[in-house]
Amino acid sequence: MRHLISVLLENEPGALSRVVGLFSQRNYNIESLTVAPTEDRSLSRLTLTTIGDDRKIEQITKHLNKLVDVVKLVDLTEGAHVERELMLIKVKASGAQRAEIKRTTDIFRGQIVDMTQNTYAIQLTGSSIKLDAYIAAIGGNIVLEVARSGVTGISRGEKILSL
Amino acid sequence: MRSGPVVDLIEYTSERLNKVDLLSGGEMLLRALHDEGVEIIFGYPGGAVLHIYDAIFNQDKVEHILVRHEQAATHAADGYARASGKPGVVLVTSGPGATNAITGIATAYMDSIPMVVISGQVERRFIGSDGFQETDMVGISRPIVKHSFMVQDPAEIPLIVKKAFHIATTGRPGPVVIDIPKDVTDPKDKLPYDYPKSINMRSYSVPAKGHTGQIKKAVDILLSAKRPMIFAGGGVIQGEGSALLTRLTKKLGYPITNTLMGLGAFPGTHKQCLGMLGMHGTYEANMAMHYSDVVLGIGVRFDDRVTNSDVSKFCPDAKILHVDIDPASISKTVTADVPIVGSVSSVLKEMLAQVEQSTTRRDKKSLAIWWKQIEHWRERDSLAIPESEGEIIKPQSVIQTLFEITRGDAYISSDVGQHQMFAAQHYPFAKPRRWINSGGLGTMGFGLPAAMGVQFAFPDAVSVCVTGEGSFQMNIQEFATCMQYKLPIKVICLNNRALGMVKQWQDMQYGGRYSHSTYADSLPDFAKLAEAYGHVGIRIEKKSQLKEKMQEAFELKDKLVFVDVLVDPEEHVYPMAIKGGAMKDMILSKTERT
Ligand SMILES: Cc1ncc(C[n+]2csc(CCOP(=O)(O)OP(=O)(O)O)c2C)c(N)n1
Ligand SMILES: [Mg+2]
Repeated sequence: MRHLISVLLENEPGALSRVVGLFSQRNYNIESLTVAPTEDRSLSRLTLTTIGDDRKIEQITKHLNKLVDVVKLVDLTEGAHVERELMLIKVKASGAQRAEIKRTTDIFRGQIVDMTQNTYAIQLTGSSIKLDAYIAAIGGNIVLEVARSGVTGISRGEKILSL
Repeated sequence: MRSGPVVDLIEYTSERLNKVDLLSGGEMLLRALHDEGVEIIFGYPGGAVLHIYDAIFNQDKVEHILVRHEQAATHAADGYARASGKPGVVLVTSGPGATNAITGIATAYMDSIPMVVISGQVERRFIGSDGFQETDMVGISRPIVKHSFMVQDPAEIPLIVKKAFHIATTGRPGPVVIDIPKDVTDPKDKLPYDYPKSINMRSYSVPAKGHTGQIKKAVDILLSAKRPMIFAGGGVIQGEGSALLTRLTKKLGYPITNTLMGLGAFPGTHKQCLGMLGMHGTYEANMAMHYSDVVLGIGVRFDDRVTNSDVSKFCPDAKILHVDIDPASISKTVTADVPIVGSVSSVLKEMLAQVEQSTTRRDKKSLAIWWKQIEHWRERDSLAIPESEGEIIKPQSVIQTLFEITRGDAYISSDVGQHQMFAAQHYPFAKPRRWINSGGLGTMGFGLPAAMGVQFAFPDAVSVCVTGEGSFQMNIQEFATCMQYKLPIKVICLNNRALGMVKQWQDMQYGGRYSHSTYADSLPDFAKLAEAYGHVGIRIEKKSQLKEKMQEAFELKDKLVFVDVLVDPEEHVYPMAIKGGAMKDMILSKTERT
């Protein structure tokens, strides 16, 4: 099963490489990874998606917790949560295609953020599934470039991940 | 990620400045080591650490031991730590000094040994420029350390040293690297020094006592067992739990087995002890594990050398009660029915109290039947030493003789191979911290430097290195260190003229094709070599001379004696687990299996 794990990490040099290294060292996979400082500059929040059965996920969270730089973590997929990914995508857009792409983009609530005579750059946020669906809807053959941020998330309700 | 200095340790008021000393980074490091209680460090100098070496020269609190190879520095510090329970400390230069230390760090990591390794680094302004003797030590060592630090500013040194020792020695212990750029130790830059008295890290906490409810559950299951087995590992020794474990086991009257790392956790000489389990464990220990209905694993990690390769066949009828300080060790390979995370000693203490109070009655009748069965397995005498023809010396009998001469009371450091297994099988350890071996990584070359570390920890003790002629050549240069510091180590070399353990596998699985495992024609005369270094060398070739000549070696109390014993090269280590089988599946001799 796919899990979304959020980690509060000491904002120290080398901390990120320890997390990433753990995954390759123990043969766990990382589907996506995002990281940035939080409102408290001494902490970073790192969110990763990984796939594994319960046993593997238990080992992953235990080993993450063992890292000295890891302050706290939560497996967001254990409860109700919101997850989002940002995609910037550049597509071929000329002639009649332009209106069609614009319409599809509107349906997905995307925005065109840049354009030339022959291209559009589009911004889209949502779940990874929605972003995949958008690419499928516009047709893969017009895609020139895709930049996705990786998934980040937050739990619903009163639950918080903080010190 | 943030870069640049992190100076958050102390706010210096002007008043305080008057009281504290002004020290350079190098001096601070030495002062901090002393304040941490470090008495001895093992190291080797080089460009990046010359400021630190100058600081060493100018003080007399911390003794520095000059080894002959950085790998040996780490193993010596490791041996010191295993024998004394105190953290081992290493100092190496950047680049090749640091990379030479890697094998020793990995060895300590696999066996959870507390160690602090200080490596020099190029000056801050050269980092990342492929400077002379630059290597990314924090990067290279990352997968084999508990944690690491790169010092960015001299002011950080006291706090980083404090943190490093705290992390290395608490919880599940392990090695910690401190990488120090050369200019951080510059004698010209003096700063106020103040060593933190205590430390509190928000991101690092040590598991507290085990959960009382879980312990109660475990105790209930344990007390109602019909075929119980206790199974103790290195965690019992590291966690200073041997005395409590011994009390609990005696109180329960249950059979117990120790892992290779746990030898001495419960006295191997006691009748409740079935010896070592696992790949080369005794018949009775492995059989009892397989047929048990309750297994209490304490300070163990269900390593594949214990469980055999297919964990689905491991102890099929047993409820598994697992006590360990590391939550990640629990249910990693074998799923625990009752997991207990906590320090071994705190959990054992509570278990003992609960056993004493519990109203659950032990099933005395089932236990008696169980012991009868075990005695029956024991009668198989799986460690019986095969008769030797004429004057041929069996390697096992050398260990037996060693046990007799030292009255089972020596510190035995070992290398890796058949000789290691013979020592583990035939030298029952009555006390913890006496058996010093590389169990997890299996590092050839560990033995001699580890025995040096033991001798530094206990100058008056008998420190023995049991080795093979293959392993010994991997750190043979340490003969010189032993001479410099007059270490009266007794080296017992089971010389089978081969990489015996490799050869054994080739005998058993590769039709006797000895691919690169023999070298009889090119072996040095070890006795003469020892003498060339200023030590004493004795060669034993005949069974009839064994006891007398070995005794002679031990009578030379203040000398290093290298005893080169030419043993039967055809001998194999048995019992041996059958690959892919359960614990009950063993090869018992060249002609018998279970
Ligand atoms: C550094 C290292 N290289 C290779 C091995 C693989 N290995 C395990 S045992 C062994 C043979 C050891 O020979 P020796 O020291 O003579 O011991 P013996 O088995 O003959 O008693 C080898 C090569 C190892 N454990 N460590
Ligand atoms: Mg050999």
